[in-house]
Order: sequence, then C-alpha cells, then structure tokens
Amino acid sequence: MIVDLALYLGGVLLVFGALFCLLAAVGVIRLPDLYTRMHAASKAGAVGGGLILLAVAVTCFDTGVFLRAIVGILFLLLTTPISAHLLARASYLTGYKPSESTHRDDLKTRLEQNRPA
Amino acid sequence: MSSAFLTVVLAILWAGITNNFSGLNLLFGALIGGMAIVMLRYSIRQRGSLRKAAKVLALTALFFRELMASALRVAYVVLHPNLKAVVKPAIVAVPLTVKSDAEITLLANMITLTPGTLSIDVSKDRSVLYVHALSMEDDKALIADIANGFEARIKEVFN
Repeated sequence: MIVDLALYLGGVLLVFGALFCLLAAVGVIRLPDLYTRMHAASKAGAVGGGLILLAVAVTCFDTGVFLRAIVGILFLLLTTPISAHLLARASYLTGYKPSESTHRDDLKTRLEQNRPA
Repeated sequence: MSSAFLTVVLAILWAGITNNFSGLNLLFGALIGGMAIVMLRYSIRQRGSLRKAAKVLALTALFFRELMASALRVAYVVLHPNLKAVVKPAIVAVPLTVKSDAEITLLANMITLTPGTLSIDVSKDRSVLYVHALSMEDDKALIADIANGFEARIKEVFN
C-alpha cells in the first residue's frame, strides 16, 4: 500500500520535474536576451531537477540513496543561482547589451559614473 | 550548535551519503567534517538556539513557497503566446540593509530563485544590489517586496 503510494507519488513528481525542465528549455529559446533566459534556466531548471531528484528519493526505498538525493537537491539549490548570477554578471561586465525591451537599467548608470574620464 | 555536535551530525551525514556505517567510515566523516568546521569557524560563530531554529525553518518554508511560485511564473511567461506583452525586463538598484558577506550571499541567492528576479551585481561598498527583473511594472513595489520579505527574515536569522 505505502509502496504503491510512494511509486505513484514518485511518478507524478517525475512528470512534473520533466515538465519544468522542458519549460526551462522553451524559455531559453523564446526569451529575448541572456538575462531573461537566465531566469528560465535558473528557476524552472532548478525546480525541474529538484523534483526529479525528489522522485528518486521517494521511490528508492534505500537510506543511502534517499540521503544522497536530498543532499543533491540542496546542492542544486545552492549552486544554480550562483552560476546564473556569474553568467549574468560576466556578460554584463564584458559588454553584452540587455535586449531592446529593457526599460530601465540602473547598473548602466553606475558603470558610466565609475568610468575614468 | 557547538562544533562538537556539528561534527557528529556531519559524520552521520557522511556515513549516510556513502551508505557505510562502519566505524572507520564514521571516523573518516568526522575528520572531514571537523576540517570543514575549522575552515569555516569564522563564518559560523555561535548563534544556535531553538528560537533561531524556528526562524531558520520559517525562512526555509518561505523560500520553498517562493521557489514554486517563481517556477510557475516563469512557466506562465514562457508559454504566453505574446511574449513581448509579458516580458518587461529592467535592472534595478535595490538598497541593502544587511551588511555581512554571509547575509548578502544568502539574499542574492534567494533573490535569484524567487519570482521574476535575478541578482547581477553588488556595488563595491555593499550598499546596493543590482537585480534584474523579468517583468517589472513598479520599481517601488519590487524593492519593498525584497526588503519586507527575504531581507527582513534573513536579518531575524542572523541577529
């Protein structure tokens, strides 16, 4: 009974995880520039990967695998924002322009003020 | 949390992850955990108590709720047939009131994983965080959201 329930729950989690990964990929294709794409890749990607790992944790029935999956989720949540942040910052500082639709840019004003005359 | 207690927790976690509860492996886990604590002892000073644990839990709960909301929001934007109408990106300077490295790091990470925002840069004097918003309508609302949500909770946990 419990085993069946865990298997169904795991299946649902797996499907939703895959769905979010797909949405992340669609976002990376559809959104206009790197910064908006990072939104899709970091959020939907982390949630998708996390849900799939959670599915592994519920269906494995093994303490070792369970703990590893949970720790995997934690590390995923810790490292995804850092890579998104690094990519966005590096592209900004090397001069990659945000898309035309960006209607406000405080960072640009700051960089211009700091530029040596 | 004393460092001795933390070492034991880390040793057990290590044994669980490697799926081997033998004495030697526990000892090895304690060794690695102890080394990590020695390296990190300046950033994890004594601040453990049950009340704090409740606040950490509240912050964690808030974080997971926001994370789900954020994934759904991105899903909505990505699937919207008229992408131009919903994507209004902006880079906004958000004034910071938290000061320590640990707090700023935590806040920046959490901002990245919450609805419509992505942290890009911190100013040199650590007073401003530059945040990229996926679709911003109102800059004041965005700044107030961050200040009253995560920033306030993070301050509670750290002070």
